[in-house]
Parts: sequence; structure tokens; C-alpha cells
Amino acid sequence: MAATILHGVGATTALSSINYNNSRRSLPERKRTSLVIQCDGSLSSGLNISNNRGAKLSTNAVAQSKQENVTASTTSKPGHELLLFEALREGLEEEMERDPHVCVMGEDVGHYGGSYKVTKGLADKYGDLRVLDTPIAENSFTGMGIGAAMTGLRPIVEGMNMGFLLLAFNQISNNCGMLHYTSGGQFKIPIVIRGPGGVGRQLGAEHSQRLESYFQSIPGIQMVACSTPYNAKGLMKAAIRSDNPVILFEHVLLYNLKERIPDEEYVLSLEEAEKVRPGKHVTVLTYSRMRYHVMQAAKTLVNKGYDPEVIDIRSLKPFDLHTIGNSVKKTHRVLIVEECMRTGGIGASLTASINEHFHDYLDAPIVCLSSQDVPTPYAGVLEEWTVVQPAQIVAAVEQLCQ
Amino acid sequence: MYIHKRRSNKEIIGGSITKRRKIDGRNQNEHCEATENRVACYRVLDDHGYPIAGTTFDQVDEETAVRMYKSMASLEIMDSIFYEAQRQGRVSFYLTSTGEEGISVATAAALSPHDIILPQYREAGILLWRGFTIQDFANQCFGNEDDHGKGRQMPVHYGSNHLNFFTVSSPIATQLPQAAGVAYSLKMDGKDACAVAFTGDGATSEGDFHAAMNFAAVMEAPVLFICRNNGWAISTPISQQFRSDGVVVKGQAYGIRSIRVDGNDALAVYNAIRAAREMVVREQKPVLVEALTYRVGHHSTSDDSTKYRSLKEIEEWRRSRNPVTRFRKWVESKCWWSDEEEAQLRGTLRKQVLKAIQIAEKIKKPCLEDLFSDVYEQVPSNLRQQEKSLRQTINKHPQDFPSDVPLH
Repeated sequence: MAATILHGVGATTALSSINYNNSRRSLPERKRTSLVIQCDGSLSSGLNISNNRGAKLSTNAVAQSKQENVTASTTSKPGHELLLFEALREGLEEEMERDPHVCVMGEDVGHYGGSYKVTKGLADKYGDLRVLDTPIAENSFTGMGIGAAMTGLRPIVEGMNMGFLLLAFNQISNNCGMLHYTSGGQFKIPIVIRGPGGVGRQLGAEHSQRLESYFQSIPGIQMVACSTPYNAKGLMKAAIRSDNPVILFEHVLLYNLKERIPDEEYVLSLEEAEKVRPGKHVTVLTYSRMRYHVMQAAKTLVNKGYDPEVIDIRSLKPFDLHTIGNSVKKTHRVLIVEECMRTGGIGASLTASINEHFHDYLDAPIVCLSSQDVPTPYAGVLEEWTVVQPAQIVAAVEQLCQ
Repeated sequence: MYIHKRRSNKEIIGGSITKRRKIDGRNQNEHCEATENRVACYRVLDDHGYPIAGTTFDQVDEETAVRMYKSMASLEIMDSIFYEAQRQGRVSFYLTSTGEEGISVATAAALSPHDIILPQYREAGILLWRGFTIQDFANQCFGNEDDHGKGRQMPVHYGSNHLNFFTVSSPIATQLPQAAGVAYSLKMDGKDACAVAFTGDGATSEGDFHAAMNFAAVMEAPVLFICRNNGWAISTPISQQFRSDGVVVKGQAYGIRSIRVDGNDALAVYNAIRAAREMVVREQKPVLVEALTYRVGHHSTSDDSTKYRSLKEIEEWRRSRNPVTRFRKWVESKCWWSDEEEAQLRGTLRKQVLKAIQIAEKIKKPCLEDLFSDVYEQVPSNLRQQEKSLRQTINKHPQDFPSDVPLH
């Protein structure tokens, strides 16, 4: 009954078609093949598939833990290993190569290469104009990105730290999210806003913000959070190709994760969640860094005889209720593990959403583990305890499964 | 207290600078609270429409001059009728350009149609010049299904991508950093066009104004910043907005070439914008133009300016400093316009605007579907669900739902 409210069986509806119709621009369009990978392994095509390219793409969107290789049933090459920030850069570089309208702007993104080196080397390759160093005014360079996007470019705006993008809230909320709507569809804003956020290692309260909770209400934007090199690259590419404004949340502590990713080109879906570990006792929903705390807790739980299903929700706006719903129907118990603060976080919205749609399938109230409603303290021990730890996750699952 | 230094031109951060001998603030190069030494204002026609002796300007040809005059008069008439329509309750909100017609029309005439406009909200004259019809204006004000914005924005928040006019966004000054982005895009393409961003005097207090100017200067972006300094930001006079000598000095502070012009002198505005635009496109650098004018009308239909300023002041500007009248006198002095043509224009236009309002009023509103479309490129499942839920509610309680909004 609750399921009928949702979209029907099949893949999640994409919020944007991957289509380049920049008739206002004088630069030539370059059409390329791209296949969007769905979680169930099926492929949907974005553009025409050209036969001569012969690209073999990975059909398996399930990322393994960082020690294991990504299995790819149709790949012929072994893939290559890299760190998450390098994966982001690789995705960015591929898109810049593919489409001359793609450009980057932000503080220190040019020759400095970005505060987390995501844009390293790009200024040398593409020039100072396409990888633009801006003065320190977040609201203004975000506004600049919006103006550029409305005139046909596809900018990627980098916030040095997500927290600084609070200064850009006006542009993001009032213009980025709105102008496509208020102009009656006349102007589109294919912008990507990205940057590192989350609680780091003693970065202080102002540099430990979780902006996804503040931005989630803004109509017109999409939000995704990456957590592995594989999904970082795939989501970066998808975000750039999307005609909607997308906010890509990276985490300060995940930039040095290593993983082997496919050599072939791949793009992930912006609206899909990722099943990290199948199970049947409880559905654990998480994203970004908390995925690793959950997986660590999962090891302990497996030893204790539990079988948790772990889903990295990835898409923070909109939620992939299709994947989440299927899991809830199977396990009937939900635990949400997030880094947001208790009040008004992603977990709060997710709890409400699941209750609304899957109430009948739940055998127990949804449990949500979040950070406390406090600014993140500088002291290391205190900081550690504002973030959900694996031990708490294990305890919560045990409690839930009683 | 004196600090003696040897006079020398040493290289320090930012380039070589002469040293000064004293801290003492009575140095004649100091300009802070500027009551003397104000930046001069470029002006061509005197109050009676005669060219002032000794000024340099390019003549406008007859066709352009007549078209400019007709646009300015049309804007004046259209504004007054729409304002009245709001007072009668037919339109929910309106904002006039009364007293500032010279700026928008003369600017539009001086620019190329490829120049991209980022308006504040008092620049309808540009749309008028570029071909937005009276019916288009009316449709937007009534938010009917023929509105290019699909009825989603307030009246006066026009937008037209094919006329290169960005949709007006209410928050002040947000368009200024966007202009830097537009200019950046044009620069990448090497186009023979620039971004033209409008702002009022009040908007220059916003952080976005300063950052945008700084950006444009640093990035050498081809932006033409035009500030309509009309003396009032709703009820705040410029003496309470800033203490600098207007806005033109702010451009200089950012390293941007700036000029002050009499905004009520359409010919001066035309000339200044022409020159500024050429400089912007040729040198790929920003320019700031401060156009001094006066907001004769109220801020909008939600305001009654007689509450904070004298009727005498308003009337004086309306009567003796009217930009439309002033330009008319010049055009008539060249024998390019006559009283008969004036009467005919006013009569025809009045009928045209009234008719457009009548028609726009009757056109049906955008359908319910348009509440949910264009939020994203394609309507996502949660919005489809919300639409379905809304339709269910309407089916149950049709009498509570407005009858002029079509369901399909």
C-alpha cells in the first residue's frame, strides 16, 4: 500500500537527462557515449551509443571495501589504484577534456591545485581562465558561477571548506535553486558546488560543518555525498553532466582512501543509493565517512551473529526511496547513522520519509544515531565523542534486534 | 606627532609608492567626507534641452533619437497605467521607472543586442527597446499562461533569454557577482559583447557589490556596471546609505575606470554608455558608470514616499527635471518631433496598454502542472507525488480551489 505512492518497479527516475543543447555557445559540441549505471546492473543510455568506440563499462555499481578490487564482469583490464582526491580529479579532468564548457573556480584552485589537491595540475593543462583563482568572497564566486552557468558554461565551484559556503547561502538558495523555475525554464544552471565538509581531526568548530542539513530544504538543487574513490569519480562526472545544480559533499578525512577503480569510463547515477553489504536483520542507512564506522561495526556484528544490510544512501536530495524501501521491506528494522547534528539533519528527514512511506513494514521505531547538537570541540577526545563511533552502532543494532 | 622619512620611491607590495612626510591629516590629497572636490558629472543638455556650450558628444541620428524618445514616453505611459491598474486591484504589485526613463532607454540604445543585461528591477526600458511587447509586459504582470516566466515571479520581474535579459531576482545585488560570471563566459568565447549589470544606490552597500567589482577588476572581466543613483533606497536617503562621494569613487577604489553622468540627460547617458561599452569590450576590463537621477515615483506600490520626503521635492523633479521632457525639447528643437506626433503617440499608446491589460486579464493562468515543473530539469518522483496529492485534495474540495487555474 505504501509502495504505490512511489514510482513503480524499475530504475530510479533520473532528474535530468544528459543532454548538451548549448545552442547559444559558439564552441563546438562534442557528443560522446555515456552509460549511466543503475544499482541493479542494468544500463540506461544517456546519449547515442556509438559502436566504434567499443567501450566496455563496468556494470557493477557496488563498491567493495577499500582492500578489495571492484569486480567488473565485463572489463578486460585490471583497473588502476588511486586515492579519493585523485579519483575526483580524474573525473574532473575527463569532463574538462570532453567538454570545453566545463570550468573550475574557487580559492587557490589554480596553480596551488586546491586545498586538498583535487584540481592539481589542471591549471597547467587548461589555462588560468578555465581553472580560475578567485578572490575571497564565497557569495560572489558562487554568484559568478551561477551567472556563467546561465550563459552556457558548466562551472564547478569549489568551497575551500564546505562551511565557508554558508556565505554563499543567498546565491545558492535564492538564485541557484530558483532561477530555472522563476525564469519559466528560460535559464538553466548546470553548476556543481563541491568541497570538503564534515568533522575532521581537530579543525575547530567553524571548519567542521555539515552543510547538507542546512541545504537540504532548498528546492531546485540536488545533493550527493561521495565516500569511495569509485563513487567519487562517478558522482563527480554525473554532477558535471547534470543540467540541474548539484552540490557534491566530500569529506575531509576521506581524501586519502585508496581503491582500485576501472580504467573504462563510467558515470554513476545521482539519484541512487549503493548497497554496500547485503543482509537480512537490519537496514543500516548511512553516507560519507560514517559508512566506514558502520562497516567496522558490521564486522563486530557479524562475529556476534547479526546480518546487517548496509546501504550508503549517496543521494541526499532526493533520497533513493526505491532502494531504501526494498531493504526496509526485507529487514523491517532501520538504523540511520549520520554525522549531522540531531536537530534537522539528513537523518531527521530520512526518518520522517521512511515513516511516511514504509510505516507498515517496520517492526520497530527507526533509530537514528547522530552527532550531538553542539559545535564541534577542538579537543581531540571531545571531538571524537561528538561523532558516532562503531561501538555505539553495534549497541544500537543489538538493541534494535531484540 | 611627526614622522620624518626620506622621500623615496621604494618598491613595496603593490608597486612603487611615494613616501609621505607626515601623519598629520591636513594633507590636501586626503579626501574622506567629501563635501568639496566631488567628482564631476558628464552632462550634454541643459534643463531646457539645449546642448551646453563646450561639451563633447556624438550626435544621435534622427531615427535613433525619435525611437529613443518614443520608448521613453512609452515607458512613462505604460508605467502610469500599470500603476493605476495595481491601485484598482487588477495587478497585485508594480514598480515604476518614473524619473529614470532616460537611463534604461539611452543605455539600451547605446548597447549591442548581444550584450547581456543583468537587471536590478527598474530597467524595463531596456526590454521595451529590445522588442518586449506591451502585451508581454502585461502577461508577466498578470502571471498568465503566456508569461515567459510561467507565472512564477512577481510582477515586474521580467526575464527573456532571447532578448539577453536575465530574469529579475528580488534579493538586492545578487546579480552583480553573476555579471562577473557572465563576463567570464563571454571572455572565454571571445565574443564581441559584454555583461551589463545594473544596481541602485542602496545596493552598493551589499557585500556582493564590492566583491563583484573586485572580481571584475582582478579577472579583467568585460562588465559594465551601471549604478542608478536615484537618491533613495525605499525610505533611506543616500546620506544614510554611504558617506562617500556617491558611487563613482567606489569604482576607483577597486581599480575600475569610473564616470559620473547626469542620468536625466538621455543624450549624455547615450554617449557615456557608448564610450564605456566600447572600452569594456575592446580592453576586456570593467567600467563603472554612476548615473545621477531621482526616483520620482514611490519605491513600489507597497510604498508611499510622501511619508518620508516632501511633496515639493518630488514635484520639482517631476516637473522641471523630467528626463522625458528634457529629451523631447531637444528632439523638437531639431524638428524631429511635433506636438501632433506627441498627441498621437500618447493616445495610441494609452489605448494599447489598456487593451493589453484587458487581454492579459482574460488569458487563463498557467496550469497546475507548472507549479511543479522546472524545479529540476525533469520532474522528480517526490514532486510528482506531491502533485498527485494536491490533485486529490482539489478533487475532494473543488469549491476551495481558485476557479481560474486550469488543472490541465
